[in-house]
Amino acid sequence: MSWEVVIGLEVHCQINTDTKAFCGCSTEFGAEPNTQTCPVCLGMPGQLPVLNTVAVDKTILTGLAINAHINLESKFDRKNYFYPDLPKGYQISQFAVPLVVGGYIDIPTKDGGEKRLGITRIHMEEDAGKSMHEGLDAVSHIDLNRSGVPLMEIVSEPDMRSADEAIAYLKQLHQLIRFLGVSGADMEKGQFRCDANISVRRPGEPFGTRTEMKNMNSFRFIKQAIEFEVLRQIEIIEDGGEVVQESRLWDSVKCESRSMRSKEEAHDYRYFPEPDLPPLRVSQQEVDAIKAGMPELPGQLRKRFETEYGLSSYDADVLTQTLESAAWYESLVAAHPADPKRCANWMANELLGRLNDAGKDLSESPVSAARLAELLNRIGDNTISGKAAKDVFDAMMESTDSVDAIIEAKGLKQVSDSGAIDAIILEVMAANPAQVEGYRGGKDKLMGFFVGQVMKASRGTANPGMVNQRLLELLKG
Amino acid sequence: MEIDVRKVAMLSRIRLTDDEAAELGPQLSSILGYVEQLGKVDTDGVPPTAHPHDAAMPLRANVVTNGNRREELQAPAPKTESGLYVVPKVIE
Amino acid sequence: MPFSSLSEIQNRLSSGETTAVEVARLYLDRIASFNDELNAFVHIDPAHVLAQAQASDKYRSEHDARPLEGLPIAVKDIFCTQDGPTQCCSNILKDFHAPYDAEVITKLKEAGAVLVGKTNMDEFAMGSSTETSAFGVCRNPWDTERIPGGSSGGSAAAVAAALTPAALGTDTGGSIRQPAAVTGITGLKPTYGRVSRRGIIAFASSLDQAGPMTRTVKDCAMITGAIVGHDPRDATSVADAPAIDWLAACESRDMKGLKIGKPKEYFVDGMDAEVRASVEAALKKCEELGAEIIDISLPNTEHAVAAYYVIAPSEASANLSRYDGVRFGHRCDNPEDLLDMYTRSRDEGFGSEVKRRILTGAFALSSGYYDAYYLKAQQVRTLVQQDFTAAFEQVDVIATPTSPITAFKLGEKTDDPLTMYLSDIFTIAVNLAGLPGLSQPCGFANNLPVGLQWIGPAWREDSVLSAAAAYEAATEWTTRSPAAFGGES
Repeated sequence: MSWEVVIGLEVHCQINTDTKAFCGCSTEFGAEPNTQTCPVCLGMPGQLPVLNTVAVDKTILTGLAINAHINLESKFDRKNYFYPDLPKGYQISQFAVPLVVGGYIDIPTKDGGEKRLGITRIHMEEDAGKSMHEGLDAVSHIDLNRSGVPLMEIVSEPDMRSADEAIAYLKQLHQLIRFLGVSGADMEKGQFRCDANISVRRPGEPFGTRTEMKNMNSFRFIKQAIEFEVLRQIEIIEDGGEVVQESRLWDSVKCESRSMRSKEEAHDYRYFPEPDLPPLRVSQQEVDAIKAGMPELPGQLRKRFETEYGLSSYDADVLTQTLESAAWYESLVAAHPADPKRCANWMANELLGRLNDAGKDLSESPVSAARLAELLNRIGDNTISGKAAKDVFDAMMESTDSVDAIIEAKGLKQVSDSGAIDAIILEVMAANPAQVEGYRGGKDKLMGFFVGQVMKASRGTANPGMVNQRLLELLKG
Repeated sequence: MEIDVRKVAMLSRIRLTDDEAAELGPQLSSILGYVEQLGKVDTDGVPPTAHPHDAAMPLRANVVTNGNRREELQAPAPKTESGLYVVPKVIE
Repeated sequence: MPFSSLSEIQNRLSSGETTAVEVARLYLDRIASFNDELNAFVHIDPAHVLAQAQASDKYRSEHDARPLEGLPIAVKDIFCTQDGPTQCCSNILKDFHAPYDAEVITKLKEAGAVLVGKTNMDEFAMGSSTETSAFGVCRNPWDTERIPGGSSGGSAAAVAAALTPAALGTDTGGSIRQPAAVTGITGLKPTYGRVSRRGIIAFASSLDQAGPMTRTVKDCAMITGAIVGHDPRDATSVADAPAIDWLAACESRDMKGLKIGKPKEYFVDGMDAEVRASVEAALKKCEELGAEIIDISLPNTEHAVAAYYVIAPSEASANLSRYDGVRFGHRCDNPEDLLDMYTRSRDEGFGSEVKRRILTGAFALSSGYYDAYYLKAQQVRTLVQQDFTAAFEQVDVIATPTSPITAFKLGEKTDDPLTMYLSDIFTIAVNLAGLPGLSQPCGFANNLPVGLQWIGPAWREDSVLSAAAAYEAATEWTTRSPAAFGGES
């Protein structure tokens, strides 16, 4: 009998605000340790939290983008536990009444359909600091620059049935969050962290005991960790054992997980309402205003690219991966409106391909949309062939010379003058009398041979359309 | 009311000597025994009060107001090194 | 002069009869003479006090005097001050120097006050007798074998013995009013949200409120007027609190048309008969002054203490988690590991009453007990509040005894925490409801001061002050002071 995998995901996403959730300290990444702290985020006696308004707005925006309900009154609670990077001995979080409840994300399925994955809630909370142990003997070092940075925790329903679905959900969520501009979502900087609740069951049976997998900081590791955990649980059950409900830490180097259960105690977070913060109230008007300012979402953008520009769903998908790439594409089309498909091909295949090879981001592209459009315009007006354009493009990636100057310098200007083309054709015919004979005797297939020879002789500059047309004429004899 | 004083002390991260535990147990039982009168109050449908007034939370502008005060703020710290707080090794 | 009210001293300062430096010297001398006996102050820096007084005299010579210009005010050791240590009378904060002033300290400085020093208190304000202080018990000037009340016992004793004309306290379950009552002075707990809590070391955040402890009602109003106001850095400080003309409120001299509620639950068997008699007599006096005494009921009062001893310890258990030996405060020597550092630092740093409350709170919040304890207490809190709301539809103010007993002997209740807790039975409901409450002297029982408590609707400190001012003007209790400290009893 087969096993069914059940996965629910908790994503901690850093909200990109200038200041922390509850104080006026900067959130800038990479500062000297403890230089971005104050009495509030250090939990010093008598200090009180005041919530950042932008963190609220961005959480609401995210909630609207996943079609969720915004609670016009939500509450903050204290989650109590001791840890050296948690200054107050409690984390301010939203437990009983979160700001956002009940949304969903649709992911594409293999058969071309969609699967709807539920999102239980999004609540706001503050991040903890960082504990450092490496290279230290018997001590740890604590940096509290991150303490109090605003997070939203996005909790899904246990709706995913495979590691692939989990990854599809995460990628879609990651893309959405970046589109909304609510988070840098840089996984390496810990701005988008994922914990996975994993269990297995026989189809149709109630949920099995779940474990919580932590410390997976890339999509690849998340997939690995889930797959390994599923196998581990199946093995335990098939050997007659029972899965223990616990948190497990993923070790991406050893490719294994280990239990985080400390001997002292099970956690008892003793949540209770944060007495320093009255309820958070937002008005329907404020929510509506945030909704009105919502940018186009990836799905909407993809569909628009397909209909407005006639792109394939594949190209539309590639070009809408990020807001920057979609914007880049649209400025390219604006400068080369004649052929949006050509724009898509060039951007997706030539530009993004080259940038990827060079390990660069679109923002670091040496060729601007306007310059690429100049090149595409030269293809459009038959100045150069598409093939020659690729040579020009290579050169554009290396130099700032104008497109025309490069074409000129490389002598790639397309020859569309029939006299000049005729001269080349006659030369080729004179050099290959046997093939001319053969063609005239009915071997039509030799046409390709002549085209190739003429193009070669013109070093690729002859206009291929005209070459075809003149060859037909001249070979007739 | 029996209370597991040691468990609550561990949650609270307070070491208890045997004598303290022996003294605190009955004291907590007596306090909580008194508190149990709350159980007799009919609170069906009564909303809980967490804040004395029915007020909404004020919010703060997203503007950096704090600079680097590390030296001053770490002055009361029991142990620091190169601007970092030092604690006995944290084992995850 | 030492037993003068703040406003009398203010008059002498403005007439040029005396200077802030002279006033400061007078009280510093008295502190030097009497503090050993009372232990009312835990920190004094005479040079710094005189420097502030000098600066105030200079300011007065160059500008219009500010509202509290040159007036000495002591503050409880719970207020963070950049000058001197802030220790909350706990070993866990021994020698802690706060890198900031509490908002009310800033306001006092801006008003021109001279900050005299830090007064003794129950550790983290947890207690009703100032016996849980890590820095030694404080004594009641009326009888030094007795407690001065708590937790603001040091402030109360200091004012009662005229070691300072005024002081600040904090009140979570009666910690301003009860010590004011048992030392024969006046103390006001403003409406929750009226005074910023920022920089005041938190005990129970939804209940704590700072206020003045003085000789007279007007003195309370003077200080309150200087420390109130919205603080954008305290989310529980209320932005649109109705404004009050604090001094004008104290000008009333009769009670014509005033409806005073007399709740039957506050006049019960088991309370000290002489205390009850004093308060009943005070209400008679109010009637003579034109007030109408209306019998009312606050039926949930009997559960207020129980609700309080769930809510306050629960909030405290979290508020005190920050004392972990990492960023400030006491850390034990040579911790074996992280857990040892936490548990030993906190064991060494906290006294037994604080531990008792932390443990009580942690238990009430723990898994499986939350609904029966914490949630239930919050619901009862609602009922307590509703009792007051209903009562204030009938009456303008409520009058009760502040404490069911007079000052008890040192050590008398230390072995029995629950009995100690029950001494706050008449003050706690006011904190649960977030209302303003004032205690003023109204007589003596067993030769010890008795306090009369006034309770007003939220934001109506003016009602409370007016009633108290009229009663004060018609009686002479505020002129009494302990003979052993040079007063007239």
